[in-house]
Amino acid sequence: MTLASMARKHEPRRVPEVKVATTAMIASLAAEGYDTVAAPFGHALVDLAKSDERIVGLSADLAKYTDLHIFANAMPDRFYQMGMAEQVLMSAAAGLAREGFIPFATTYAVFASRRAYDFIAMAIAEENLPVKIVCALPGLTTGYGPSHQATEDLAIFRGLPNMTLIDPCDATDVAQMVPVIAAHPGPVYARLLRGKVPSVLTRYKPDYQFQLGRAQMIREGRDVLVVSTGIMTMRALDAAEVLSKDGVDVAVLHVPTIKPLDRETIIAEAARGGRLVVTAENHTVVGGLGEAVAGTLLQNGITPAFRMIGLPDEFLEAGALPTLHEIYGLSVGKVADQIRGWL
Amino acid sequence: MTELSRVPAASNVSLALRAWNIRRRALLMGEVQGQGYIGQALGVADVLAASYFHALRYDPKNPEWEGRDRFLLSIGHYAIALYAVLMEAGILPEDELETYGMDDSRMPMSGMASYTPGMEITGGSLGHGLGIAVGMAMGLKRKGNPAFVYNLMSDGELGEGSTWEAVMSAVQHRLDNLICLVDFNDQQADGKTTAALATGDERAKWEAFGWHAQRVDGNDLSAVVAAFDAARAAPAGKPRVIIFDTTMCKGVPFLEAREITHFVRVEADEWSKALTVLEEGKPA
Repeated sequence: MTLASMARKHEPRRVPEVKVATTAMIASLAAEGYDTVAAPFGHALVDLAKSDERIVGLSADLAKYTDLHIFANAMPDRFYQMGMAEQVLMSAAAGLAREGFIPFATTYAVFASRRAYDFIAMAIAEENLPVKIVCALPGLTTGYGPSHQATEDLAIFRGLPNMTLIDPCDATDVAQMVPVIAAHPGPVYARLLRGKVPSVLTRYKPDYQFQLGRAQMIREGRDVLVVSTGIMTMRALDAAEVLSKDGVDVAVLHVPTIKPLDRETIIAEAARGGRLVVTAENHTVVGGLGEAVAGTLLQNGITPAFRMIGLPDEFLEAGALPTLHEIYGLSVGKVADQIRGWL
Repeated sequence: MTELSRVPAASNVSLALRAWNIRRRALLMGEVQGQGYIGQALGVADVLAASYFHALRYDPKNPEWEGRDRFLLSIGHYAIALYAVLMEAGILPEDELETYGMDDSRMPMSGMASYTPGMEITGGSLGHGLGIAVGMAMGLKRKGNPAFVYNLMSDGELGEGSTWEAVMSAVQHRLDNLICLVDFNDQQADGKTTAALATGDERAKWEAFGWHAQRVDGNDLSAVVAAFDAARAAPAGKPRVIIFDTTMCKGVPFLEAREITHFVRVEADEWSKALTVLEEGKPA
């Protein structure tokens, strides 16, 4: 609950004059005005599976909502519907991996990180099995409320040894990460963007290619270094455009791999003196990218001016996603405001 | 690939003696540490003897032989029992017995797949094995591999929701190559399992879920053997479960009589007493 929701429980609400978007579970990020790609994960997995017989897909009743239905329709004999049972989803994926397969297991990020954690930890991570856990609704990408907002999944999985963590920014990251994570010999947890996914990175960096474990500079800048991941790289790039009109020059370093963190690049870029360092993540400020970067910099004697953009250590409201992004500081305008305020 | 027969196909060592050897080794390992889940080991020894010397196909020289029947120890704390049968089967060397539970040992007190040949999964946290067994059984069918997957679990694990997810899943995916063995001694950490969560008619429950289900006296070797045979010959399309009613500490009456047997307390001087008592009951 939040203080606001507790207060509202006993007060009747009025119908708003202007109807804003609903608290629907699935909200598209495509309202940004970017080109979009339809279901990049599903199509990339089908392409990969055509040439690699070891690939199988599993879901706990969320194939349709994780774009795995594309794979399930194209290759029905390689898809396992596990029903609404996340613990056996992960355990069975482990068993399949033990028998030589490369399982892609999908559900929502909340369910993988909360309900199924012990099974991921003991059957998959401890045994270092090549199971690829791909999860939709990362961080605040739904207005459906805390049950579906995976605000702490990166913090949870960062603590797990052997686990590789990915938070993709856009359609390019999502499509390109698929063969890369399949080729990685150990377990992977990847956040997922589904449906019509914006394509952003190649607009700013036409030769951008997803690389596992590497942070990449998408936009250079003299005044501020934003170290961002997931959809916040998109927001940071847009905010950089806004800020440039005020004469503030913002660099954006995209870090799609949270673990293992590309310490070398982050340290080198932060050590270039004179820039405010701001981390930005679609995740709580507790235990995610921001604290990972802060820990890395301090342990290596790098102490720039440092700030974090992220979700607060709270359960979040339900409501329309654009409104929530405004409230919680993830919108382009609010990102620009926060950076301006820190200069 | 050559047909490797069950081990030991032509041996004249009786199953009863195999079970006795397992009990004896478990007591010796318990003595090494001064403690251990010895009650469980003594109780499940007959089931393990039948598993490894009647039912399972495996190659002791190659514990990861692709054609092997997989044997998953879902109950990690029964590792002491599994080590005893792995030694009997020649998969673990006899001379490592005294390293049980020691630093740098291949035989930790809780089963670890990465430490021990013949240990298929990492135990400790309960209610995991059946779900992994479901995945392995799926994988074997994909590969056209006729091997069985056996999952040895406890009555305590019947409380975990993860167990029942796997129970439903096995039926859904028609995993007739999956045989679940339930060691039902009705003891868990805080007392009787049936006093904590109402279990109802366990056999009827599994059958209602769609399994071929049997329930037998787990300390009666001929009943145990018959149950394994019936499980493997059961009609296609359904997974198989055998619920074995066992007595904790079976084979050592003064330990059987102890009130608390989940982690049965054995005093330093009582180990040799237990071994002597066991010796008296040695089968021909």
